Amino acid sequence: MRNENHTQKEEFNITVYTENHIGLLTRIAIIFSRRKINVESLNTSPSEVEGIHRFSIVMTETAETVRKIAGQIEKQVGVLKVYFNTNQDVVWQEMALYKVPTDVIAERAVVERLLRENGARAVVIRKDYTVFETTGHREETDNLLRVLEPYGLIEFVRSARIAIIKDSEGFHRKLQEFEQSEPHDEVVENEYLSSREKVFTM
Amino acid sequence: MLTKEKQATALPKQATSISGAEAVILALLEEKVDTVFGYPGGAIMPVYDALFDYTDRLNHVLVRHEQGGIHAGQGYARASGKVGVVFATSGPGATNLVTGLADAQIDSTPLVCISGQVYAHLLGTDAFQEIDILNITTPVTKWNYQVANAEEIPDVLAKAFYIAKSGRPGPVLIDITKNAQLQQFEFSGYQPCQHIRSYRPKPVVRQEYILQAAELINQAQKPFILWGQGVMLGAAEKEFRAFVEKSGIPAAWTIMGAGALPSRHPQNVGMLGMHGNYGPNVLTNECDVLIAIGMRFDDRVTGRLDKYARQARIIHLDIDPTEIGKNVPVTVPVWGDCKETLPLLTELVEPRQHTAWLQQFRRYNEQEIEAVIQEELFPTSEEMTMGEVVQQLNELTGGDAIVVSDVGQHQMVACRYASLNHTRSNITSGGLGTMGFALPAAIGAKYGAPERTVVAVIGDGGFQMTLQELGTIMQSGADVKLLILNNRFLGMVRQWQELFHERRYSFVDIASPDFVKVADGYGISGKSVSKREELRGALQQMLSHQGSYLLEVMVTKENNVFPMVPQGCSVSEIRLS
Repeated sequence: MRNENHTQKEEFNITVYTENHIGLLTRIAIIFSRRKINVESLNTSPSEVEGIHRFSIVMTETAETVRKIAGQIEKQVGVLKVYFNTNQDVVWQEMALYKVPTDVIAERAVVERLLRENGARAVVIRKDYTVFETTGHREETDNLLRVLEPYGLIEFVRSARIAIIKDSEGFHRKLQEFEQSEPHDEVVENEYLSSREKVFTM
Repeated sequence: MLTKEKQATALPKQATSISGAEAVILALLEEKVDTVFGYPGGAIMPVYDALFDYTDRLNHVLVRHEQGGIHAGQGYARASGKVGVVFATSGPGATNLVTGLADAQIDSTPLVCISGQVYAHLLGTDAFQEIDILNITTPVTKWNYQVANAEEIPDVLAKAFYIAKSGRPGPVLIDITKNAQLQQFEFSGYQPCQHIRSYRPKPVVRQEYILQAAELINQAQKPFILWGQGVMLGAAEKEFRAFVEKSGIPAAWTIMGAGALPSRHPQNVGMLGMHGNYGPNVLTNECDVLIAIGMRFDDRVTGRLDKYARQARIIHLDIDPTEIGKNVPVTVPVWGDCKETLPLLTELVEPRQHTAWLQQFRRYNEQEIEAVIQEELFPTSEEMTMGEVVQQLNELTGGDAIVVSDVGQHQMVACRYASLNHTRSNITSGGLGTMGFALPAAIGAKYGAPERTVVAVIGDGGFQMTLQELGTIMQSGADVKLLILNNRFLGMVRQWQELFHERRYSFVDIASPDFVKVADGYGISGKSVSKREELRGALQQMLSHQGSYLLEVMVTKENNVFPMVPQGCSVSEIRLS
């Protein structure tokens, strides 16, 4: 476990399965911020099993640091499981949306060809603008950005990365068994927040 | 004094409508809490109102500041092994808990803090005394949770106690909005928590690591045990002693581990780290197998990591797997509660006596006695030293007292020289180094172990950080002996300025009030001594006094704590002067 061989930084994908609890995002974020480590991308959403959330976090660090951070995340109350993988170990995608003026797209055949070459598809077509979508690795979404820029790109947005681990049977079955044996607690949100006038205050 | 007619205090046997505040009190009773430290205020008033009916079953100690409350909770927990409980109101009440939470988090002290919060409908509106205490305390708690609906209170408190005390213990904060405290709900009883699906308090013990560890130990020529507070947190003192005695290995301690093996045990070779003993520090870099038990290789213990025990193969026993390999690369990671892992290991280790190796520690000890200890404990100088005060105290208490130390030079002296016959006898702020800790922690320790003598050893600087808690002693009658070692300096900073900043004594010359008069103002007897011939009698008087007592001892101004591993140096570069 000596770390001389682990000084090379590379991109890692951390996958975290958690309870859907208020405040857990902060707890996980603090693990990075207190070490002054930047998170490159963070996606959190419900997993395929109700009540369990899945985080995908991307960071560039040494394997040793990532291992320690993953351990720190896993020990938080509310975290079910943490995996960390290099880019070679995962299938990953990011999605990007591009808003461009419709007249340019409609009038110039070359743009249409470029879009097709880049695997983009139209999500919305309006008189004034059209929104295209593409998914892929960073260089692919970047490439389309470069292509569309000369034609008057109005707006661009890219999603956080989502990743699926190649080399495993996945956590799906375990998650389901888990949820079946111990169903999750309901999240209790603040039900009084919008009833200010109606609630008696001392 | 206002009194209120006592109501029946039996717990409801079937579903009964009660308030959230009453549910808090019933939960504490079910968790067998006997003492709560706290300070009332607007947002926690319903809990205090409910408490008024249960004061015959639940002792409440009114502190003078919430920081005092939480340090008292820590002292209680450390002395008793139980969970410390603290009440605070919202806003400043809750923020005043932060230092104690951080202290308890780094020193793994089980606490349940209950803070009041503004009405739920006011959350996020900057209401009077509203603060986002959950986000403020997230980095310094093991777990925290906000309750806005009374129905959640029994389950949340059950989880809070379970999380605070299980696995590696730690502080938990439960923030309860005022409406939830006032709300009536159907209470159908209290179920203690035994399991949370997304929380694994301890890792599964892996037999292959026990086997590997035993093999390394059995082959070792110069094995060395380092132990920390984990031994006490796991209530594994007996198992630890059995392991030490069967294996015959010399063992040294971190300040948080002091007392788990009696000071006079023949295999106890002393204290580790920056102001630890000479032998254990030097020989860390000579041993062939290092067995770390319930300790976390803090930088104050290891000094420079790249020069720390590079020759040794390291076995690390810890309940928290993230501590293993965090700072020091480990050969064999033994995950688990040391109460379970130690007996498995003891079973497999061969009975040995490392006589020659132990002798090496003793030789270094003789050098240390000659260069440092003799003059510190039995000085020939005119002025008194901190060490001789602790030495005299040892003789008079016979090593049976709980010693609560504050932070600074006197802390290092108290930890180095206090004689401890029993476990849970050394209470100090180890990881955070919180000045002002000792006075309130000593109050808590007395409640946690009422049958024992509690002596707080405090510097003149730290004492002034929380001396308002003399009011708590006055009102509660806690029998705490306060021993102030006054060197008229912020001594540790001054020592560093002397050694590393060319004696530029920048703002370390601290003036103090007449402590005896201050204590007298609180109705606490006291005395100040500055002559050696008065010391023993004064200590005797303090110890035999009925009730709390303050003894100030004027010690030499510019005394340094040695040995010392200067910052940035290896442990084997420890200096004797």
